[in-house]
Amino acid sequence: MKICVLVKEVPDAAVEKRINPSTGRMDRGGERNLNPYDTHAIEAAMQVKEGGAVDVEEIIAVTMGPSTAVRALHKAVSLGADRSVHLSDDALAGSDVVATGYALAKVLERESPDLVLLGQQSDDGECYTIGAVVADYLRMPSLTQVIKMDVTPGSLRCERQAEYGYDTVEIELPAVISVGDAINEPRYPSLKAIMGAKKKPLDAVGIGDVGLEADRVGEAGSKVVCGDFKAPPQKAAGEIIEDEDTNETVEKIIAWLDERKLLA
Amino acid sequence: MDFELSDDHELLRRTVREFAEAEVAPVAAELDRTKAFPYEIVAKLGRLGLMGIPFPEQDGGGGGDTLAYALAVEQLARVDSSVAITLCAHTSLGTQPIHLFGNEQQRREWMPRLCSGEILGAFGLTEPEAGSDAANTKTRARADGDAWVVDGAKQFITNAGTDISGVVTITALTGEGEISNLLVANGTPGYAQGEPYRKMGWNASDTRPLTFDGCRVPAANLLGPRGDGLRQFLHVLAIGRIGVAAMGLGLAQGAFDEALAYAKQRRAFGREIASFQAIQIKLADMATEIEAARLLVYRAALLKDGGRDFALAAAQAKLKTGRLAVRCAEEAVQVHGGYGYIEEYPVCRMYRDAKILTIGEGTDEIQQIVIARALSA
Ligand SMILES: Cc1cc2nc3c(=O)[nH]c(=O)nc-3n(C[C@H](O)[C@H](O)[C@H](O)COP(=O)(O)OP(=O)(O)OC[C@H]3O[C@@H](n4cnc5c(N)ncnc54)[C@H](O)[C@@H]3O)c2cc1C
Ligand SMILES: Cc1cc2nc3c(=O)[nH]c(=O)nc-3n(C[C@H](O)[C@H](O)[C@H](O)COP(=O)(O)OP(=O)(O)OC[C@H]3O[C@@H](n4cnc5c(N)ncnc54)[C@H](O)[C@@H]3O)c2cc1C
Repeated sequence: MKICVLVKEVPDAAVEKRINPSTGRMDRGGERNLNPYDTHAIEAAMQVKEGGAVDVEEIIAVTMGPSTAVRALHKAVSLGADRSVHLSDDALAGSDVVATGYALAKVLERESPDLVLLGQQSDDGECYTIGAVVADYLRMPSLTQVIKMDVTPGSLRCERQAEYGYDTVEIELPAVISVGDAINEPRYPSLKAIMGAKKKPLDAVGIGDVGLEADRVGEAGSKVVCGDFKAPPQKAAGEIIEDEDTNETVEKIIAWLDERKLLA
Repeated sequence: MDFELSDDHELLRRTVREFAEAEVAPVAAELDRTKAFPYEIVAKLGRLGLMGIPFPEQDGGGGGDTLAYALAVEQLARVDSSVAITLCAHTSLGTQPIHLFGNEQQRREWMPRLCSGEILGAFGLTEPEAGSDAANTKTRARADGDAWVVDGAKQFITNAGTDISGVVTITALTGEGEISNLLVANGTPGYAQGEPYRKMGWNASDTRPLTFDGCRVPAANLLGPRGDGLRQFLHVLAIGRIGVAAMGLGLAQGAFDEALAYAKQRRAFGREIASFQAIQIKLADMATEIEAARLLVYRAALLKDGGRDFALAAAQAKLKTGRLAVRCAEEAVQVHGGYGYIEEYPVCRMYRDAKILTIGEGTDEIQQIVIARALSA
């Protein structure tokens, strides 16, 4: 079995996110990190490999991104992936979700994996959609927000977090699965793994290498047009009720909730 | 000249940062309050290969360099100094002498267990009458058949009295004016660890007085040639300064990060306190000094890794960062106002933890002497 894990380099969680109004793209200055959800996807792949129910020959980390994204791959292999593929090309800049999904699907086609894992959402774009888009291009079944996964040869039993509980779904392989952060507790890479990461193969490819049509990616190939940007409206200041007389305070809170029809 | 960390160093820095934030930060206040040694954290650090970063892989070490080690210490100290000093003293003082001066058999006996974190190493140099004047050691070791018989006392020793403490390297007089280093295993009859001190800070780290009372140590535990003790410990301390400097850097950064976050969230007179120029000046000064100190620390590490003379740079880094840690901790408390004086806020602990950094592993005054000498003043 061959597992591909999609990983993305994103601004570190501590960095304040901002849209650059002149380009309509996210300002990606400051510290960057591997998308936290993707570490769960790698851990999930590692647990399939170490679980022993199926034989995993290879775990491959795949990213599309600028040259700095190499660091995300570096982390991915230190967490256990055997090798990595970096799709990078000036022609890809400004790709929207569909274009990104198409480009990633083309890289994946080359690898023909039995299982594609990815995080359910990126920390920057937060579209939640890449899994579905990639699956559509690859003509594979797809599940999102998976928080439990049991692999048997040829099929996969997943629990996914739904709005009102959990769905248990059985799915045939090959498949594309996006995982939530409740699925596992990712390990930290050991010093040895960190120092060994550079020795694992990294395949750098451009759009020509994976047969991408240039007019279907990048800004030119993207249908999303970023128009105007506005900061979200300021939240009105909350109302502070001083607790002088507790009985009165309780009454005030109940009246406040009642006014907003929040009490059944 | 390139100020970028290599990919390996950057990933290590990030990993230890994440580890410190996720595994250390949530328990640091409680460990400090209860003065509990961080056994679980040490075990985790050991599993990650971080208890022996700069030692060769064939000895069980991480095969990393001094810069990697400094980055790890910095990131731990940014969150908690007790955990950081436990790793730092274990590596710089406990394991380093055996790595540098141990013979094949001594290295085989101790290095793998030290580097994995299975046992902790300690360095017993300071005595009641030998602190800055460390060569004034009064502890004696008398040759008796195939053993050394040790009598004396050590003061303020880190990592010697935990459940996992395995070995201490001590300085002792093996003749008139002749100092040698000896390895003493925990459990050796006649070697006792006193009660932990009640300290101002570093509450979760282990510091105790040690006594040696007719303690018989195998002759084979002599470290390097007899009479080489002074040269050995000066060398160990010179390298160790890079580690403690990273502690000061990390603490200063941690205090700054807390201060900045607090200043953006606390409001007074209807505004964020971060919008007051008086607060901005503090933050700007701290951030600038920290960046300057970081360059000193990393440079000392790079000089050492490049096989160049690092003694001056290391002493300068140690002097600069100790003071900076004290100052940044104080300013961070100031930015927090009354809340900074309350233990619920990490800066309160940082303030108590900082002061030792101008004293331990050579006081500021001793660093100044070392620096002046290196400048041939
Ligand atoms: C207004 C706006 C501005 C934007 N500006 C930029 C920009 O400047 N730079 C930029 O890179 N993106 C930018 N994007 C987002 C870009 O369009 C997304 O990278 C892409 O469409 C994927 O969306 P997502 O990250 O939200 O995916 P999600 O569906 O939220 O991601 C889910 C998972 O998909 C995988 N994944 C997503 N992207 C990649 C990738 N590139 N390589 C490998 N795996 C991946 C990861 O495993 C991730 O966890 C912008 C988006 C918007 C709406
Ligand atoms: C928490 C903690 C942990 C420690 N861990 C260890 C350890 O693991 N191993 C170990 O061996 N030691 C350890 N120490 C000891 C520490 O290294 C010494 O306390 C330190 O070196 C200072 O020695 P001292 O306390 O005897 O002070 P003294 O040497 O008595 O100094 C007193 C003052 O006099 C000044 N002074 C002394 N000589 C001069 C001079 N020539 N010129 C100018 N000023 C001078 C000093 O700078 C200082 O201000 C630890 C100490 C503490 C508090």
